[in-house]
Amino acid sequence: MIAELGLAALWLSAALAVLQMVSGALGLRDGASPHALYARPAAVVQAFLATLAFFLLLYAFAVTDLSIKLVATNSHSAKPFIYKLTGTWGNHEGSMLLWIAVLALSGGLLGGLERRMPEKTMSATLMVQGFVALGFYAFLILSSNPFERLPVPAVEGSGLNPLLQDIGLAIHPPTLYIGYVGLSVAFSLAMGALITRQVTPDFAKVMRPWVLGAWVFLTFGITAGSYWAYYELGWGGWWFWDPVENASLMPWLAATALLHSVSVLAARDALRTWTIMLGVLAFSMSMLGTFLVRSGVLTSVHAFAVDPERGAFILGLLGLYIGGALVVFAMRASSIAEGKRFTATSREGALVFNNVMLSAILAIVLLGTLYPLLTEAFDVRVSVGPPYFNPAGAIFAIPMFIVMAIGPLLRWKDDKPGRIQFEAAMLAAIVIAIVALVAVLGDYAILPLLGLALSVALAVAAFLPLRGRNIRRVPTATWGMVLAHFGVAVSLFGMACESAFTSERLAAVAPGDTTQVADWTVTLESVDPVAGPNWTAIEARVLASRGDEEPTVLTPQARNFWSPPQPTSESALITRLDGQLYAVIGDSAGVDANGKERWQLRVWWKPFVTFIWYGGLLIALGGIVSIVGRLQVDLKRRKAKALGDARRDDLDEIKGGDTLPEPAE
Amino acid sequence: MKAKHQRMTLVVLALVAIVAAGLIATWALRSQANYFYLPEQMAAEPPAVGQPVRLGGMVQAGSIETQADGITVNFVVTGNENSTRRVTYSGILPDLFVEGSGVVAEGSLQADGTFLATNLLAKHDENYVPRELEGLEGHKGNEDYAETVAGLD
Repeated sequence: MIAELGLAALWLSAALAVLQMVSGALGLRDGASPHALYARPAAVVQAFLATLAFFLLLYAFAVTDLSIKLVATNSHSAKPFIYKLTGTWGNHEGSMLLWIAVLALSGGLLGGLERRMPEKTMSATLMVQGFVALGFYAFLILSSNPFERLPVPAVEGSGLNPLLQDIGLAIHPPTLYIGYVGLSVAFSLAMGALITRQVTPDFAKVMRPWVLGAWVFLTFGITAGSYWAYYELGWGGWWFWDPVENASLMPWLAATALLHSVSVLAARDALRTWTIMLGVLAFSMSMLGTFLVRSGVLTSVHAFAVDPERGAFILGLLGLYIGGALVVFAMRASSIAEGKRFTATSREGALVFNNVMLSAILAIVLLGTLYPLLTEAFDVRVSVGPPYFNPAGAIFAIPMFIVMAIGPLLRWKDDKPGRIQFEAAMLAAIVIAIVALVAVLGDYAILPLLGLALSVALAVAAFLPLRGRNIRRVPTATWGMVLAHFGVAVSLFGMACESAFTSERLAAVAPGDTTQVADWTVTLESVDPVAGPNWTAIEARVLASRGDEEPTVLTPQARNFWSPPQPTSESALITRLDGQLYAVIGDSAGVDANGKERWQLRVWWKPFVTFIWYGGLLIALGGIVSIVGRLQVDLKRRKAKALGDARRDDLDEIKGGDTLPEPAE
Repeated sequence: MKAKHQRMTLVVLALVAIVAAGLIATWALRSQANYFYLPEQMAAEPPAVGQPVRLGGMVQAGSIETQADGITVNFVVTGNENSTRRVTYSGILPDLFVEGSGVVAEGSLQADGTFLATNLLAKHDENYVPRELEGLEGHKGNEDYAETVAGLD
């Protein structure tokens, strides 16, 4: 019964998407048809039904309903309860249902709450949103029905890939998906504004929280995914330039550019068509990411669910939406009124530069990711790896970081570069001093060294916009920018230190043996068999200490899951402020001279590696702070409007107007 | 500068940067074309000694030998054309590294003709086949490939 209800809810939602689309289109005509009024309620009811469908599937997983094919193939009655729940989206169909539910919820929020936009633009936006949703309903119902029944209920489920039975993977995909879907709303808004030619600062103010929100979730998702790969795959790496990783990085790069340009549009009424173009690009990258991950055209260390037919479906949707968007763009772009002008040496100029650098990095990643596909068409198999991505990306990343450091110090519209020459010289001195110092100390690769120096300069630069201001009167959104930029510096610092200074020790040790890595002393105490709910393992007890401190116990495991049968490595970590000690236990390594059994033990000391993810969290936090700041300003403004008194002008002045700079994150 | 000129400047700037990125990418990718080798390719056109490359192939049955130190492993990878390459790797073997399965080794060619691997690309699913190795003889994974179940990015 549950499955049938879920499927019915999905069909009804799809029907409502049609209603929303048609009503939205009717609202576009002059003297809007009364039927246009159905667009908003259609979006709201659809949100309710799609969410209901998702919760019904969640329930089916919770009770392990083995008459549903999806549950039988992806779950098992013996699985820990939390992973039964997270298993709901630990598969293709369930994750696409989650995607749809989030899409419908966003549409419902937009249709139900957003009142600031002109009604016509809202109609156009809801029409596009309905159209996008309809494509995904069709995809889900026709090619990936999550509620399909088995002719005969299964006796037992076949389990979930053990690598997914981890809290990191339980939270990483939904956050990424929310980010992807948030960009679809930015896309609908951009298309709506383009269709009615209302690309104005007011429109940008409506779009901005959606872009910020999507970007926060993408940032968090990428950070969580990187940390998961780092500790769960047991190889000690945090970024692989793997196609699936790139699939999430590309929308993030586009969203970062969009975020900055939508802020310029909201604050300064410039970059109108550029912002629309980035809105289209960002959602294209989300869809391309989904296509790459879901289609199996690329394999990757992360590739799980693949199906060429589904890939073709998503590719069709991609072509339809993006092709359609580009046609509308080509027809309308020339009729979008000009925005305000600015000079090259202004805050806008710096933001444009960074936008262009981000787009260039995006092009580098995109080409590197798709290149193996292209050559394969000519039957040449190649792999593209770090030797390509690192230097090619750095060519554009380094100038971007430099302008990122000084851009927020520039004034809007027009500035004299000489005004900030002291700050610029100070930052340059920091970079040169650090590069010189570390180069003298040892033989290090140039890229990590530059990264290290730039990160310190960026960290200092991040706080410069606060200088000389009354800290309590700094707008909340400016704090968001400061935090996010500081987060970039922190992340970059972690990446550079990890690349330059990691020490590694690989040893065959018998219980009682001791080995050394950096200034850590590591002793294998014992190796014992242990068992979990659906796995058995050998577990090493390892004591690690440095200096005179008390040893800490580490218990890395080599696990064997029995349904499906698969081994995994569970690394063990000691986290300190200045880095992480990372231990993995391997196979038996024969017996030593005394006849005692030896084990392979691999230990890394990774200085400041955790900064990579702390930085990611800070960046996301900066985004959240910015959203809160924007909402505060909106609320104040609404209140002032309601009061209708003279205070409104004061508020406008505090907020920014034309005299005080409004921050663009 | 007129507004129209400003827009043109923006468009030109963006185009120049994107084209530059494209050219850099193309140039860098062309030099990457010899980043991945099958054993027969490595025999025909060996990369420079010490240059970081990837070597892919099947682990030859019966070729895995663990050295006395317990952590160094020697094995032989085979390609399509009876060509083989001896690989030395010090480290913990990936969970699913077995004889007769595909492997991609990152490392460099040594002066003595062996391949010193610094990293064996860990596959984490019994059905996973590195794309570069698809179609190699005797690969069990190929048939199961499309059936791979479970999971997320």
